[in-house]
Amino acid sequence: MADTSAEPVKRAARDGVALGLAVGTSGLAFGAAAVASGLSVAQACVLSIVAYTGASQFALAAAVAGGGNLIAGTASAVLLGSRNGLYGLRLASLLGFRGPFRLLAALGITDESTAVALGQPGRAAVRAGFLATFASLYLTWNAGTLAGALGAGRLGSPNSFGLDVVGPAAFLALLWPRLRDGRTERAVALAGAVIALAATPFCPPGLPVVLAAAAALGAALLPAAGAPGLGEDLGGRLSKGLGEDPRGAGAADERPCR
Amino acid sequence: MSGTWIAVLVTAVSCYALKLAGLTVPPRWLAHPRAQRFAALVPVALLAALIAVQAFGRGHALVADPARLTGLAAAVIALALRAPFLVVILAAAATAAGLRALGIA
Repeated sequence: MADTSAEPVKRAARDGVALGLAVGTSGLAFGAAAVASGLSVAQACVLSIVAYTGASQFALAAAVAGGGNLIAGTASAVLLGSRNGLYGLRLASLLGFRGPFRLLAALGITDESTAVALGQPGRAAVRAGFLATFASLYLTWNAGTLAGALGAGRLGSPNSFGLDVVGPAAFLALLWPRLRDGRTERAVALAGAVIALAATPFCPPGLPVVLAAAAALGAALLPAAGAPGLGEDLGGRLSKGLGEDPRGAGAADERPCR
Repeated sequence: MSGTWIAVLVTAVSCYALKLAGLTVPPRWLAHPRAQRFAALVPVALLAALIAVQAFGRGHALVADPARLTGLAAAVIALALRAPFLVVILAAAATAAGLRALGIA
């Protein structure tokens, strides 16, 4: 990652487009599920255009399908959307967008665009990865929603193409360098995964992932969590790139907390 | 306006507002080192949780879908071999799809 060329930017854009196209196909599943739940085609499309966050959309559709309490369904959908707000906290400094453009960029915050942005070595690549994922996923997700709502969802299961594995494999690939290099991050990732799995049997779908934020909160509050490197990480990673950080994980862990 | 429309619009606008709120939090709110650490670690925790839930979850149940887990194992092997991103997700998807097509898993 030592190159000064446009190579990281191109790679970020290419990876973002590929991920967006692959994951966006699950818009078909959402459109089909939404209409099967009793939402109209227009309602399904409004959710994909404006909310543009899969977990919340599926949650609302499920509430409508259950003939359940719409207020509770709306509340759980909004609660699930809160994780995008948490991503936004991180992306604000990574992306560094200013002014009205943030109104558009905010719409693009999803698991996928966050993961791609997080995995890039410098601000230009972060922005390219984020915007490429946003554009390709937004278009595919919305086209998929419309097609699925109109009946194309009956064509076949996305699982038969292995598309259910694309999301987790992509998130794993994008987190990989940080898990390899950071002891704190490995601990937080493991704790987050355990919290989510432990909560899965007892919570509405989607909520366990939000609860996993407790792992980050715990690590941030622990005084001796080996976290000194992370505060600098906001700026340091952008200027240096992940692979070149001279502070090894061990060195970061031994530093005293200020 | 029907109740369903109200639920759809409230959900849609609220989800967008949450994204915008996170992105436009005043920097000084995050000036404290602990707040910075939290913001830096949150995506790691949430994405790891997503990986776990998407790997093992099916509704409220935890299941071991052999095709899915083998696909993810293929991704791990590709990552250990330092394969590019696209190769990693292709390896995962192709492995899962292949096992299902063959009826093995």
